[in-house]
Amino acid sequence: MKHLLSAADLTREDAITILDTAEELLGVAKRPIKKLPTLRGRTIVNLFFEDSTRTRISFEAAAKRLSADVINFSAKGSSVSKGESLKDTALTLQAMGADAVVIRHHASGAPHRLAHSRWTRGAVVNAGDGTHEHPTQALLDAFTMRSRLGDLAGKNVTIVGDVLHSRVARSNALLLDTLGAEVTLVAPPTLLPVGVESWPVRTSYDLDAEVEKSDAVMMLRVQRERMNASFFPSAREYSRRYGLDLARMNRLPDHAIVMHPGPMNRGMEINADVADSDRSVIVEQVTNGVAVRMAVLYLLLGGATEEETA
Amino acid sequence: MSIVMDATDISRALTRITHEILERNRDAEGVVILGIPTRGDELAQRIAAKITEVEGTEIRAGSLDVTLYRDDLRLKAPRALLKTDVPEDIDDRVVVLVDDVLMSGRTIRAALDALSELGRPRAVQLAVLVDRGHRELPIRADFVGKNLPTSKSERVRVRLRETDDTEDQVSIEEGAA
Repeated sequence: MKHLLSAADLTREDAITILDTAEELLGVAKRPIKKLPTLRGRTIVNLFFEDSTRTRISFEAAAKRLSADVINFSAKGSSVSKGESLKDTALTLQAMGADAVVIRHHASGAPHRLAHSRWTRGAVVNAGDGTHEHPTQALLDAFTMRSRLGDLAGKNVTIVGDVLHSRVARSNALLLDTLGAEVTLVAPPTLLPVGVESWPVRTSYDLDAEVEKSDAVMMLRVQRERMNASFFPSAREYSRRYGLDLARMNRLPDHAIVMHPGPMNRGMEINADVADSDRSVIVEQVTNGVAVRMAVLYLLLGGATEEETA
Repeated sequence: MSIVMDATDISRALTRITHEILERNRDAEGVVILGIPTRGDELAQRIAAKITEVEGTEIRAGSLDVTLYRDDLRLKAPRALLKTDVPEDIDDRVVVLVDDVLMSGRTIRAALDALSELGRPRAVQLAVLVDRGHRELPIRADFVGKNLPTSKSERVRVRLRETDDTEDQVSIEEGAA
């Protein structure tokens, strides 16, 4: 594995290796000294062209716990706002000796471009590109589900809400399929992407029909900032038909868990009582996120790079 | 290939090591046994079981994966991590590290680094089934099952029931070098 660009690139073995590695690394968070010397002397650049708090600090915490040097680069207030291209930014980072670039970009495919150009020699990790993919989120979701539900083969995962704008939904659908889970996407027809028939999932417009057989329900944020048209009549109607409230939650099987990639719109796609209930693993997802990202960085950077073995 | 220890030899060596550990530390009080996966792990379990047998007090062995502390990470492809399970707080305890073969001493150096981040043991001791020499660091074992003079090109292989699905055995094989 040289880069992590898409959940689709991961074989079942790759995914299981990442999850198992993360499980060992999760123990580090419980120690008095939360630090490993493994990536000492490696430089990781967080290249964020789009606002993000949790993903960036999660990657930053992961890199620092492995003793890597972290450079944070956000497009706001940088040379990008003066019109610098992705290529020139990448060349600059290469000149500074970045061993890995964690990139978030508003354009789908930007990480792919970066990885397959000759602009940078480092490993590229996709931390969310446009409405395309967010593979580390899918990995941490799978990790959380696995730790709560056991092996994911045959488990029913229901992903609800704004699938159209969601890179989380796409990455999850691909990864969960690789791991053998059955995925159902529930959304109003306007919020399902064109071509969803080719995804390895079932789709439904009716949340009530799906809750009773779900082992895990993942609520997606309604991404108002990406919505430039009316996708549903009103927030209230959306919330009534596709929001997770207590009544719906109580119809879930006893072992089922409620997930949300954050940030939440409380009262919109998820009710506050549900978000704070025992079934909600939303805070756990954040903790697991650091361990999963440590695993990804370790597996990409921990060993010999191609130049060093050559 | 020549067999240098069979199942009985290994069992006897472990029994002797157990008694030496108890002799050195008076009793099992405050002793934590940590094996280095995968085979050190198994040997640690056996030593702990023998201590329990001799002393009558329950002793649980743990395991300590040192992969993330190795100094040769950059020379090989990334390796999968193994299990770390430290059963109790190691502050002010005597930690006995257990490994199957001691050679360069680099694994033990990594283990000492790993330990120092888990706490501050009162003392750290080292038990190995086979010491084959060729040290590259100033490290020595406190308890040795068998000293085995070897040439560097030879390979010492330890096989155990639990990890290798064969009879317990230590053998020397001619290496490719």
